[in-house]
Amino acid sequence: MRNAFAEEILEIARQDERLIVLSADIGNRLFDKLKVEFPSRFYNTGVAEANNISMAAGLATCGFRPICYTITPFITCRCYEQIKIDVCYHDMPILIVGTGSGLSYAALGATHHSCEDIALMRALPGISVAAPADAPEVKACLRAAFNLGKPVYIRIGKKGEPVIHQDVPAFQFGIWSYLREGRDVCLLSTGNMLGSAIKIATMLKDVQISSSVVNCSSIKPLDEKTLKSVLDKHDAVVTLEEHSLIGGFGAAVVEWVVDQNMDTEKIVRFGTGDYFLHHVGEQGYAREQYGLNVYQLTNKIISFLKKRRETKQ
Amino acid sequence: MLTIDMKLLDQIAREVRFKLVEMSNRAQTGHLGGALSCVDILVAAYWGGLKIDPANPNDPERDRLIFSKGHAISALYAVLAKRGYFPEKDLDLFNEAGSNLPEHPFPNCVPGIEWATGSLGHGLGVGVGMALAARLWGKQYRVCVIMSDGECQEGSVWESAMFAPRHRLNNLKVIIDFNKWQATGRSCEIMAMEPLREKFSAFGWRAIEIPGNDLNSLFSVVSDWSDTERPTAIIAHTVKGYGISFIQDDNNWHYRSPNREEVDKAKMELNII
Repeated sequence: MRNAFAEEILEIARQDERLIVLSADIGNRLFDKLKVEFPSRFYNTGVAEANNISMAAGLATCGFRPICYTITPFITCRCYEQIKIDVCYHDMPILIVGTGSGLSYAALGATHHSCEDIALMRALPGISVAAPADAPEVKACLRAAFNLGKPVYIRIGKKGEPVIHQDVPAFQFGIWSYLREGRDVCLLSTGNMLGSAIKIATMLKDVQISSSVVNCSSIKPLDEKTLKSVLDKHDAVVTLEEHSLIGGFGAAVVEWVVDQNMDTEKIVRFGTGDYFLHHVGEQGYAREQYGLNVYQLTNKIISFLKKRRETKQ
Repeated sequence: MLTIDMKLLDQIAREVRFKLVEMSNRAQTGHLGGALSCVDILVAAYWGGLKIDPANPNDPERDRLIFSKGHAISALYAVLAKRGYFPEKDLDLFNEAGSNLPEHPFPNCVPGIEWATGSLGHGLGVGVGMALAARLWGKQYRVCVIMSDGECQEGSVWESAMFAPRHRLNNLKVIIDFNKWQATGRSCEIMAMEPLREKFSAFGWRAIEIPGNDLNSLFSVVSDWSDTERPTAIIAHTVKGYGISFIQDDNNWHYRSPNREEVDKAKMELNII
């Protein structure tokens, strides 16, 4: 996803002189082409995230469209109040992009995990939140976010995630897309869980469970129309995210459902638990610790569906 | 070169001070001490130091002043009104429910407010961004940030202080209203504030110390943009509550507001007719 991000930034920079990248000491070589072609449109702002965000706001109010970029916990938690006040309160056209989101940097330990960024960002008024699924969608999402001219937070992964979209897909805030359509279960996946969702759907098919897979890269706003229709059409609705169950995508879904006075009993949420991982390994290991590998999830979904059907009988 | 009538500026500063006392009395708001301490800085900036036009507050070429110590915003409201940005009678609405002049400003609440502040440690970073934008767009405007001494305890201030000299932002100036008090005590007793000038100097700023309630000294440094390489930090040694004997250097006035009798007393002391 990182390379797609850098490629698209270069493309936008060629078309729009307002783009300026503020990187907080990350992206070694990633922006080399941008630096050569547009040396005044890239700043390494150092290990100083609060200033990165505040100065982005100063640039934005004077006509620039800054993109603030570093590892997710540092560009979200570390400078949260700067985002709240200087970006959101002032409604500045700034893109905040966190790399290594969720458990992408699992092996680096909990200092580098970000399982709270969705919760933090979506609580702020006026900011849109997106988690693209793969490299092609990063490009589409970045372009849409830049054109929005409002505060946007985008959580991306690292290098080498599975590519699901063959071409750059359409991306719109507030619009989700079906990758598969089934009858029994609907898997609502956000961000880098989409590959898992597709695998889970295949495994469910093996046990005669028909599932839909929906890519929910727009977290704020939700796609309310699709969400309603998904709830109407399926026996069970599953949310998948590499983020805490507290305040994340699944929480946003359930909040909306409750606010519509709709029934939540067909919804089950999967995400990270309310604890830090002290013993770490690669991303797969970390997901397993949180019960988020495809086998664990498939079994849990089968159990949930079974229980639902027993209750209904 | 503008000819400045210092006698007139002194009268303006006294009138603004009395207005602040009245506003605090009417609205029953605190922060009067920190508002009074920076009146002279603002008068020097708005009556000569800055290239501004109250009739055209959004002119893209204007100088920008970020008032980072947002808790003392009554001082800026009063100065902006006196300078003609909006009618002085609007000051009567200070801190009224639903008014455009709340105790901490919201974005664009009244003409002339460049940034909504209230949480300390944001203004310098925003000012750095504005100054860099001027450089990149090839504009001539300058950026002036006013901070409190307590505010210098925020780590974010020093992040910005390290960035600005690296990029030679000589179109950026910070004025620190060093009134020696913060909410609950002497700033130098709570943190190791001093030597403040040397701190900025060590970070690569042109750093100057001046008597911060002296309009002559203020005017000359506020309008001086001669350094071609460095941003400028002005350590303005002020007195909290300056100008009114029973308020100055008494930190109770961080929280309390004057009663009617005290307003009358202040009026006499400030020689307001």
